[in-house]
Amino acid sequence: MRQKRRGMTDTGAIELYSVAMDYGGRTLFRDVTFALKPGSFHFLTGPSGAGKTTLIKLCYGELTASEGRVLAFGEDTTHMDRDAIAQMRRRIGVVHQDCRFIDHLSVAENVLLPISVTGQAPSDAEANLAELMGWVGLESLSNHLPPELSGGERQRAALARAVIMSPDVVLADEPTGNVDWEMSLRILSLLIELNKLGKTILCATHDMSLIRQAKSRVSARVLRLRDGRVELAGAEL
Amino acid sequence: MKFLLDLLRGDSSAEKVVPPTGFTANLTLIASGAMAFLAVFILALGLSAGRQADVWEDALAQTGTVRISAPADTLDAQVTRVLEILSQTPGVGGTRRIPNEEQAELLAPWFGDDLPIDALLLPALIEVEFEGGGPDMVGLKQRLVAEAPAAVLDDHDRWRAPMVNAANGLRRLANLSLGLIAIVTAVTIALAASAALAANGQVIDVLRLVGAEDRFITRAFVRRFTLRAAGGAAMGALIALVLVVLVPNVADVAVTSDFGFRGLNWIWPIMVPVAAAVIAFFATRFAAFRRLSEVS
Ligand SMILES: Nc1ncnc2c1ncn2[C@@H]1O[C@H](COP(=O)(O)OP(=O)(O)OP(=O)(O)O)[C@@H](O)[C@H]1O
Ligand SMILES: [Mg+2]
Repeated sequence: MRQKRRGMTDTGAIELYSVAMDYGGRTLFRDVTFALKPGSFHFLTGPSGAGKTTLIKLCYGELTASEGRVLAFGEDTTHMDRDAIAQMRRRIGVVHQDCRFIDHLSVAENVLLPISVTGQAPSDAEANLAELMGWVGLESLSNHLPPELSGGERQRAALARAVIMSPDVVLADEPTGNVDWEMSLRILSLLIELNKLGKTILCATHDMSLIRQAKSRVSARVLRLRDGRVELAGAEL
Repeated sequence: MKFLLDLLRGDSSAEKVVPPTGFTANLTLIASGAMAFLAVFILALGLSAGRQADVWEDALAQTGTVRISAPADTLDAQVTRVLEILSQTPGVGGTRRIPNEEQAELLAPWFGDDLPIDALLLPALIEVEFEGGGPDMVGLKQRLVAEAPAAVLDDHDRWRAPMVNAANGLRRLANLSLGLIAIVTAVTIALAASAALAANGQVIDVLRLVGAEDRFITRAFVRRFTLRAAGGAAMGALIALVLVVLVPNVADVAVTSDFGFRGLNWIWPIMVPVAAAVIAFFATRFAAFRRLSEVS
């Protein structure tokens, strides 16, 4: 398997050990330990402000844990040099809660960004792009600029960008936050499809009905962030 | 070397992600143009001063004067003796006694044309031309003291030293100014690049998040600023060169009678845009890596 060859441990694509995070003295969570096994599907829930976004940022090294260790593909992110961090991020597709686009580039160019920065010609991914844009229903908006998109359109574009490189891991922070139920289901289906291709998925969401929908189609587990701890609530949902 | 190739070849994907930084880029253009102009002008000044120092040194180093002040009855005997000594001294090329009439001409500006030469007790003057490295001055002076006590050798060191020092001082000042120009250029470009990088903070953050390596981000900025600086400097240097060539050589009023570039010296003004590009390259890289160190 591809993951094995690139040094992933059996325990997880992403692993957190006794991780604590505080912002300026205020502890958000502590003693968080979990592993996203390769090919697994996890939801991350918890009240607003519990630290879901923070936890996801720890996973790809945008933030550094105050305590504990975060491993990506078996390597401690705090010991990686900057190029290694960049390489690691190419294997992790992230849907940021605030989407994060480059505003002077078109939607299509933004979606192709993960390919452009590797130095590959984005033209190789042109067919891939058309299909993906069709899939998220943005084919007619390819040449628009991100500020011209609605909240839901931005989220779909962010999802397209997260998966364009066919990454090993997809971390989606509220990917259905601004879209209607029908689009939520389509986004969920895309995540499930990626999971069936062997990708590791972590999806932060408030939406319990979305989680229930997923449960009937894929074996997903739920990580619940509450009172500064993470608990695994796989069984009861 | 690979850097240089990358720089010249460019990378359209890297450059496209950075929005055209019109204002800061124009600042770079103007600043490096002005600095190059100054650099070329000061180079011309410094090189001319250096040349002048050499000329003075050579011209005066090759001649000396022996002055013999003695009562009229012993004067001719001493002059003969001095000429004899000089003709035996290795390093002395030729000697010429300056006739009284010529001395009178030299004195005329101070005392007027109707100077009664014969009434004056003028010293005898012997102009000495040196050859090769010149004679052993100390030895020659000792011999003159011993054999012609009224003779005094002046090897022009007294005149030469202050003039050569002045010219060399000017040359050193020019070099110092060039150093300062290089520093100001580096600082200006680093500031302009920092401003451009700060204005594009969002772009840099996003690029890092989607897996861009630092060198991908740096390249786009470095190339842009390096080319701008080189272009601006080329223009500034060219304008300065034209003006330097047009400055008339006014020997009587100029500090130096031979202002401008001669021969191989032309390589220096041509190097000015190259130097500006090198400075911009490192200044921008420095600014970029500093900015990137604040981004995860
Ligand atoms: N850079 C920061 N500096 C200080 N505090 C921060 C910072 N980022 C987040 N926080 C705080 O940390 C807490 C958790 O934020 P986070 O965005 O992780 O929550 P969340 O669970 O994703 O919330 P939501 O469901 O609303 O997206 C919040 O109280 C927030 O104010
Ligand atoms: Mg959040």
